[in-house]
Amino acid sequence: MKYIEEFRDGALARQLAGAIAREADRSRSYHLMEFCGGHTHAISRYGLKDMLPAAVDMIHGPGCPVCVLPIGRIDNAIELAARPGLILCTYADTMRVPASGGLSLLKAKARGADIRMVYSSADAVRIATENPAREVVFFAIGFETTTPPTAVALRQAQALGLDNFSVFCNHVLTPAAISHILESKEVREYGTVPLDGFIGPAHVSTVIGSQPYEFFAEEYARPVVIAGFEPLDVLQAILMLVRQLNEGRAEVENEFTRAVTREGNAKAKALVAEVFELRRSFEWRGLGEVPYSALAIKPAYRAFDAEARYDIAYRSVPDNKACECGAILRGVKKPADCKVFGTVCTPENPIGSCMVSSEGACAAHYTYGRFKSVPIVAGATG
Amino acid sequence: MCLALPARVVALSDGDQAVVELGGVRKQVSLALVDGIGVGDYVIVHVGFALTRLDPVEAEQTLKTFAEAGWDATADAVR
Repeated sequence: MKYIEEFRDGALARQLAGAIAREADRSRSYHLMEFCGGHTHAISRYGLKDMLPAAVDMIHGPGCPVCVLPIGRIDNAIELAARPGLILCTYADTMRVPASGGLSLLKAKARGADIRMVYSSADAVRIATENPAREVVFFAIGFETTTPPTAVALRQAQALGLDNFSVFCNHVLTPAAISHILESKEVREYGTVPLDGFIGPAHVSTVIGSQPYEFFAEEYARPVVIAGFEPLDVLQAILMLVRQLNEGRAEVENEFTRAVTREGNAKAKALVAEVFELRRSFEWRGLGEVPYSALAIKPAYRAFDAEARYDIAYRSVPDNKACECGAILRGVKKPADCKVFGTVCTPENPIGSCMVSSEGACAAHYTYGRFKSVPIVAGATG
Repeated sequence: MCLALPARVVALSDGDQAVVELGGVRKQVSLALVDGIGVGDYVIVHVGFALTRLDPVEAEQTLKTFAEAGWDATADAVR
């Protein structure tokens, strides 16, 4: 497959890893956070960590939309699905996230709720047009990648005059989450999460561009390298971060130039601005309430806003006490630090959201890394 | 969740729709978020929408950068 396989070439990967090993200063360390679950997945799946010198430490970030969706929002979706006659459309990713009372959307479906997994927001609109006598709600989640498709669906519903369609909006924003991590006590005061630089989002950046990250580079003096989700992209980004840190630079650099520009996708951004507005605050799993970190539907589209239509009341629900998802999402702990990891909590029977999504740090480590109990000595031998 | 894949546009149809091909699989996607896409272009597809056009010149350049970064003047064996 063109533009995929070339970016997974093993020989080039070893060359890039060799360059990182040569250029990384062994007398210091490089604590790099990959913000996105897509990068976390690539690092685990392709064993990139094993190719890096000991001086380079990768920290998983909170960029997995399924992982950061708090239990209370899944509870709201289940309550919607329990309404007689209502069809709840959702991306498949949310189906197995544990909710209150031992429920999940999958279990609610098994008990008779009409919950349909859709590939696209356009499918939800289609289901609404095909079922005029039924109420249809699209459970919209995700970062800036899934937000423009939801905006298109809302505009389409308005153009079609669909009075049985609405959207339960849970879209969240990447820059707000990065700010929150950089402002956190663990990073700023305690220093328990040393953070030297970021690998910036791939597909989110195709929409918002590289410009929004310039603030982090300037204000917090941390370099950001935007990278694609293929293994060579990740290795190249690590090399670029190592070079910036060696040279004392803190700039925004773009490795993913084949898809990302500084300005991003103007058409998609304009659509989002037309349909959505900022929420004052939104709860994230692990990060708590984060100001101006999520989107709500504008009053002009209120007729299609499920929160207004069904008077949805949000209740914050604490995570399972044994689950360390919160600390893992903040970069404070690693999956193996969690007592229930791989024992009680597995992808088949997840206790926390990080074990649900394949991009979650726990699921990625469980699938690709859990047998590596012997510490690996990495680095160049030459 | 934010995963997306590059796919080649094989046909354009009405209402901002296109058929794309990836590894022999064909799928209808929406072009509502992009402008000026033609048959033969590669687009990055996410949840049924093309998010952006893939720039083939930049892709070549990036692959070239990988090869150059790996070049080691001392040519010692790595791992």
